Amino acid sequence: MQLLDSQPWSRCRPTEGESLRALPSGAAERGGREAGGDASRFRIQRPRASLWAVVIIPALAALLLPGGSVSGEERFPPPDFTYHKMPETPAPAPDSPLWDLIDTAALFAALMVATYLALSRRSRNGLLILAGLSLLWFGFQREGCVCPIGAIQDVAEAACNVHRAVPITVILFFTAPIIFALFFGRAFCAAVCPLGAIQELMAIRPQHIPLWLEHALGILPWVYLGLAVLYAATGTAYVICEYDPFVAFFRRSGATSMLIFGACLLVIGIFIGRPYCRFLCPYGAILGLVSKLARWHVRIPPTHCIRCRLCEDACPYGAIVAPPAPLSPGERRKARRRLVLFLAAVPVWIVVGAIVGRMGHATLARMDYQVRLAGWIANEREIDPNNKYALDAVRAFENTGESAQKVFAAAAQRLDTFRFGSTLLGAWIGLVIGLKLVQLCTRTPRDDYHPDPRRCVACGRCFWYCPEERVRRGWITSVESVMPQGTAVAWTTPQTPSSKTA
Amino acid sequence: MANSDTHVSRRDVLRDGLQMAALLGVGGLGGYLLGKQGRRDLLLWQIDPYKCIACGNCATHCVLQDSAVKCVNSFPMCGYCDLCTGYFPPEPAALNTAAENQLCPTGAIVRRAVEEPYYEYTIDEDLCIACGKCVVGCAAFGNASLYLQVRHDRCLNCHECSIAVACPSQAFVRVPASQPYLFKHRIRPA
Ligand code: SF4
Ligand code: SF4
Ligand code: SF4
Ligand code: SF4
Ligand code: SF4
Repeated sequence: MQLLDSQPWSRCRPTEGESLRALPSGAAERGGREAGGDASRFRIQRPRASLWAVVIIPALAALLLPGGSVSGEERFPPPDFTYHKMPETPAPAPDSPLWDLIDTAALFAALMVATYLALSRRSRNGLLILAGLSLLWFGFQREGCVCPIGAIQDVAEAACNVHRAVPITVILFFTAPIIFALFFGRAFCAAVCPLGAIQELMAIRPQHIPLWLEHALGILPWVYLGLAVLYAATGTAYVICEYDPFVAFFRRSGATSMLIFGACLLVIGIFIGRPYCRFLCPYGAILGLVSKLARWHVRIPPTHCIRCRLCEDACPYGAIVAPPAPLSPGERRKARRRLVLFLAAVPVWIVVGAIVGRMGHATLARMDYQVRLAGWIANEREIDPNNKYALDAVRAFENTGESAQKVFAAAAQRLDTFRFGSTLLGAWIGLVIGLKLVQLCTRTPRDDYHPDPRRCVACGRCFWYCPEERVRRGWITSVESVMPQGTAVAWTTPQTPSSKTA
Repeated sequence: MANSDTHVSRRDVLRDGLQMAALLGVGGLGGYLLGKQGRRDLLLWQIDPYKCIACGNCATHCVLQDSAVKCVNSFPMCGYCDLCTGYFPPEPAALNTAAENQLCPTGAIVRRAVEEPYYEYTIDEDLCIACGKCVVGCAAFGNASLYLQVRHDRCLNCHECSIAVACPSQAFVRVPASQPYLFKHRIRPA
């Protein structure tokens, strides 16, 4: 990128010589907005009238033809003022970088408070209040553009492009929630992310969706992640930000289509909890995956699970996993065989994905400006006359005076990049599908009801369902008062509840 | 029981190992990005005035109701013309300085007589809607001293600027926050 001197006027001295000023016109000055607009203030230069006509007619003709440039040229040398002082072009300063520091500090503070509330205080109300505050601050006050979800793209672009680097605040915003998730689960999603918070507050009547659908849609965030990384790494677009559903609400202004999309998600979110988080958000997918490794993840019972099943349906996000029923040896053998089969299928998925991705590279590359421009230049006569964007793009290209060959070469290069990138993307999607199938036929032997760290956003809704939690809070004196005999899961052999999974 | 204990601890060891690996991975990525050569300023959006064709999308595609893009006048470039074709409609038949005869749909350009016979044109940014009509007019017959710039007191610095997405000339570029404007020079840079 070419950086221009921010104070060009310091270098520009008006040239000497005759200044051609008042363009002649037959009309009398009837006073415009100018101060003291009396007629003597401008000169009528009759001899120049012909010049004016000579200049203006070809120029007008040029304007009417496509290809008018607005970079322009100097037709009237700027005057040498004797007493008038040229003003400076105002250059209002951007937001102080201090805001980024404040935001980073706020992020760390909110992450710590959320972790404390979710793991130590186990306070749903506290988490709700914090979510509300985050929504107000990161959402409505900072207008949703200090955002780890979008930072995925900066990081991807900086990692893949030698010319790009990211400021430290972006690195912190990207890594801090991941590191917290690595130890404590999705504290960020619980009460810090403004997108999560707005959906959390909307989840009033959450319904369960079938598990197969949950798993199938759960692949989407990974696909979206791959797409976003592809487009960011190639420097094409930041799709996550382009299609951020709630940022228009945070700004209380935005494109109508995005406002409608956001409103739809919010309405859906009343019945299907956190639709964006669960089925689109790529950052949530990363956080969920690393949460799997968290040592101190949110637990439903404060101490140990008595398998009362009271929490079974508590989670609006379908994150609560029941202890798996023991399998008969025959079933076990079958399950093992299926696991081996699906493991063996992973490379096949990858290869198939890569092939499909490679085939689709031209479609994906259509998002790229160079590729589109090359297409329009090549079929200039066939551009849809209603496609103002294409017409303008071709006009802008003509203004640059560059040769079409150069654009074609650049587009060909972009296509090559996309061929490579789409192959990787396809392989990635294949990998995701393959691993998802493998995951579906693995079982973790556990004997408690627990939140699946991948899906649990640590919202704290399930805490109150647990009688152990009620005892802890002193709401009831003993577990037996809420747990009638026989409600415990029957198929496990009676034993002292194990706390080793704590 | 003992059997299942070793099973759990094996899981724990595996998890701890993976956790450390993930931590190292994230830390390594962060460190690599931190150590990366290049500009580490925050980037802001700006319009390269030499690419912009004043297509009018700046008026309609900004996420703000009142676009963050405004017209500016580069005073050292301006011809201070009486018959400014950025101020008056550039039509030879109708070219006169009548007050109602303004090109700007919102009357955002303020015309002020300075030294005879010169007129200075400043932009009332609260009125300007960034339609670019004056930019086209000035470039067609004047010195092209009127052009569009993102005003950073208004711009939200969207991570993906919606105008940039809709800009047909790829004039929207990211500039470091320390040099947030791409002002026009009188001498056009090579
Ligand atoms: S899943 Fe994504 S959108 Fe939802 S809370 Fe987490 S980071 Fe935010
Ligand atoms: S804390 Fe986790 S498991 Fe419990 S209700 Fe919330 S998301 Fe579901
Ligand atoms: S969208 Fe691009 S070409 Fe159109 S006026 Fe804005 S900067 Fe100029
Ligand atoms: S003509 Fe358009 S761009 Fe120029 S000052 Fe008026 S509103 Fe702004
Ligand atoms: S970054 Fe956002 S606010 Fe600024 S000009 Fe672009 S769309 Fe408008």
